[in-house]
Amino acid sequence: MFEANSNLIVGLEIGTSKVCAVVGEINDAGALNIIGLGQAPARGVRKGEIVETTIAEEAVRQAIVEAEQMANVEICNVYLGVTGAHVRGFNNRGVHRVLSADRDITKDDVSDVIKNARTINLPKENSIIHDVRQHFLLDGHEGIVNPEGMVGSLLEVDVHVVHGVTNRMQNSVRLVRNLNLEVNEIVFTGLASALAMLTSEQKEIGALVVDLGGGTTNYVVYANGVIKHTGVFAIGGDHVSNDLGQGLKIPLSRAEKLKLEFGAAVVPESSKGQTISLCNEMNLPIKTLNLEHLQRIMALRLEELLQIIRDDLEEAGALHYVQGGVFLCGGGARIPHIAQLAETIFQAPVSLGQTNTISGLKSALDQPEFLTAIGLVKYGSMRKRKAEPTGLLTNLQNMFTRFLPQR
Amino acid sequence: MTSNPDTQTPALEISGTPVIKIIGIGTAGVGLVETLNGPEFAGAALVAVTTDQAALNASTAPHKFLLETKAARGLGTGGDAERGYALAEEHFDTLKTACAGANVILLVAGLGGGAGSGITPVIARAARETGALVLGFVTLPFECEGNRRGAQARASLNQIKAVADGVICLPNQKASKLIDENTSLVDTYRISGGLLTEAIRGVWQLLTRPGLIQIHLADLCALVRDKNSEGVFAFVESSGPTRSREVVEKLLAHPLLDEGRALNESDAVLVSLMAGCDLTMGEVNRIMEQITRQCERAQVIMGAAVDDAWKSRLSVTLIAAKHNQPPVEPAEPVAHRPGRTTSRTSQSSSAGATPSPLLMQQREQLVKQHAAAVRRKSDSKMKQEMLPLVTITKGRFDKSEPTIHKGEDLDVPTYYRRGMPLN
Repeated sequence: MFEANSNLIVGLEIGTSKVCAVVGEINDAGALNIIGLGQAPARGVRKGEIVETTIAEEAVRQAIVEAEQMANVEICNVYLGVTGAHVRGFNNRGVHRVLSADRDITKDDVSDVIKNARTINLPKENSIIHDVRQHFLLDGHEGIVNPEGMVGSLLEVDVHVVHGVTNRMQNSVRLVRNLNLEVNEIVFTGLASALAMLTSEQKEIGALVVDLGGGTTNYVVYANGVIKHTGVFAIGGDHVSNDLGQGLKIPLSRAEKLKLEFGAAVVPESSKGQTISLCNEMNLPIKTLNLEHLQRIMALRLEELLQIIRDDLEEAGALHYVQGGVFLCGGGARIPHIAQLAETIFQAPVSLGQTNTISGLKSALDQPEFLTAIGLVKYGSMRKRKAEPTGLLTNLQNMFTRFLPQR
Repeated sequence: MTSNPDTQTPALEISGTPVIKIIGIGTAGVGLVETLNGPEFAGAALVAVTTDQAALNASTAPHKFLLETKAARGLGTGGDAERGYALAEEHFDTLKTACAGANVILLVAGLGGGAGSGITPVIARAARETGALVLGFVTLPFECEGNRRGAQARASLNQIKAVADGVICLPNQKASKLIDENTSLVDTYRISGGLLTEAIRGVWQLLTRPGLIQIHLADLCALVRDKNSEGVFAFVESSGPTRSREVVEKLLAHPLLDEGRALNESDAVLVSLMAGCDLTMGEVNRIMEQITRQCERAQVIMGAAVDDAWKSRLSVTLIAAKHNQPPVEPAEPVAHRPGRTTSRTSQSSSAGATPSPLLMQQREQLVKQHAAAVRRKSDSKMKQEMLPLVTITKGRFDKSEPTIHKGEDLDVPTYYRRGMPLN
C-alpha cells in the first residue's frame, strides 16, 4: 500500500465553479499516467478564493472521494492549486561576482547567484509561491543555460517570481489539512495549466496560456523554454453570468443556464432579431429574451477581458512572445467562437485546451476544465523526478535527458 | 482688478479677469481664509463672516462681518445651525452687500458647527442673488465629532447644493486616509484644511494665471451652472523626468477619488495643471489622455498654467463633479438681483488700483450676462427631469473585494460601462 502510494501524485484544484481532483501514477518506465478523476461543483468560493469554509470543504471531500474510488487508491497528499487577485508575477535579476582567481564558475557560484535573485523586496504579508529560473548571463552575455564550469567574472541570473498574500493562500491549505490530507506544495494554477498544455517545443517558440476559470482568469507566457510573464485577473465565467442576470433581468441560476445554452463570444449574424422564450416548470412561456442582447453582453465582457490581458502583456513587453500561439483552457474555452475572438485580439493562432504531454484516461484529458488539475499532477511528477535518489544509471540518464528537451 | 500683463492673450483683456471673492464662514472658514491671505492670492477679496467676536478679531481679512443679536451676546451660535441660520436671515442684506460686485464667489466653511452650517446656505443664496457664480468649498466633520455635527453638516450641505452652482466637499473622514494615525490633532485639522486650500488654489490658478491653455470664467460657469453638483477633488504634485506619469498614477490612486472610481462616475471634470516653463505639450497630452480615458462620459475642461518659480515641478488639481438627483428647490425663490454696487468692486481690486472706465463697462456687461443666466436658470427649473430607470448593482459581487483595473470597477457589467443600449 505504501509502496504504491509513493508513486501516486494527486492534483487538487479548488476552483470557483468546481473542485477537481486528478490522480496520476508514475509507471515503471517513469512515465506519468492519469488513473483517476473526481469533481464536485464548488460552493463557498468567490473569485478563486474561499469565502465559506464549511461548504467548500464538503465539495473538496466529495471530489477527493470520487477520485479515490475511480483510481482505487487512498489519497494522502496533494499538490494544491492556488489563485486569486492577490497573486502576482514579476521578473527579477540576481548578480554575483566570481571571486576565484581562475574565474572558474563553481556550483557555489551558481547557488549564490540564485540566492541573490530570490532576495526580493516583498510586502511582509506576501510570500513566494514559485521562483523559476529563466536563464543565466555571463559577463553580460545572454542565454546561458548552465554556467557551471564556464569562465567569467560576472554571473547574473533572471528569475520569474510568483508571489501572493500568505494568509489568503493558507486558507485553502488549512481547508485541505482539515480533511486529513497533506499538502505537498502549493502551485499557481496558471502555471499548472501551462504545464499540462504546452509541449517543450511550444514553450521554446513562445506561447500564451489563458485559463478562463469561473472566478479568475490566469495567464502565463512562455518563451525560449522559460516563463516570461504571469498574471491573474479576478474576472471569469461568474462575471459573464452576473452580467447576463443584470442585463436581461433574470435570476442568476437561469442566467447560468442560458449562458451554457446560447452563449457565444462573438455575435453571429444569424442571431440578429432572434428571441428565446423562457418557460416555467409547466412549460408555459413566461418571458421572451433577445438572443442578440444575450450574446452581445457576453461578447463585450469576454472581449474586454482578453483585451485587458493583451494590454497587460504589451505593458510587460511580452506580447511578441505570443506569436507561437494562444492556448485556451478552463470552462471559458468551451464558449462557442471564443477562439475566433482570441484570434482577432491577439493576432495569433489560437488552440483550445488539450493536453499533449500526458497519457491516461482519454475522457479526462480532453476536457479543458480538468487541465489545471492535470497540470498539478504533472508539476508533482516533475518535482518527484528531481528529488529521486540518484544511482549511477539514473545519473547517466539524467545527464542525457538534461540535454534533451524536457517533456 | 488684476490686469494681465501678458499682451499675447487679448481674449483675457476683453473678458476681463473675473473679480473673485473668497468668503470664510464660521471659525473654521475664517481660519482657512487666513491661510489664503498671502501674495499668491493677491487680487482676491477676502471676507470673514462669523458670529464669534474672538475668531473675527484674530482674522486679518480686510472685510469682516460679525453677525450678532443681543440674544447671542457675541458668544456665537453655540453649535446650533438653526440659530446660525436665523442670524444670517436677519442680516441677509448685510450679507448681500458683502457678496456684491464679484463674478465668482468662493465660500469656504467647515460644516458641522453652528455658524458654518447655518450661515453658509444663506450666504450662498445671497451671493446667487447678486448674480455671481457661487462655488462652495466645505469640509464635513470627522465621524468622531458626533452624530449631531454630522447630521447638521449633511443637512447644510444639501441646502448649499440646492443654491450654489457647485460644491466641492471634503469629508474629513475620507481625508484621514491620507493622514498618518500618529499625526497630532492640530496637524490633522491643518492638513485637511490644507487639502481644501489646494482645491481653492486650483480654481484660483485656473481663473487668474496666464495659461498655456487658458480656462475662462465662462468655461467654469458652463461646467457648474445648473448642475447643483457635488464635487470631489484631488491635488497631486510630482517632479523629475517621469513627473507626468507619476502624477497620473498618484491621481488614480488618490483616496479622495476612491482610487479613480470617482472619475468614472463623474459628468464633468476640470483639470488644472501647474508647472514651470519646462512644461511640454507632450506631458500635458499624456496626462490628459490618461485622465480622459478614465472618464469617457464626462465633459473635461483643462487649463495649464505656467509659473517660472516651479522648476521641474508639476502639480495637477482635479475637480470632478457628479450630478445628483434634480435639485431641491431653494427655500426662497431667486429674487431679482439688485443694482450694481461699484463701491465694493473697487475694494476688491488688488492694491486699490482704480479700474479703467473701459474695464468697468466690461464688468457691468459680464454681471448683466450673469443676471440673464440666473433668470434662465429659474426658467429652466421647470423642465421635467428623467428618472434613472436602471439601477445597476454588482449583483453577486456586491460584497466581494472589488476588481479595480485602471480605475474601472470590472465587477460592474461591461455592457453597462460601455453604455450599450438594451431595449
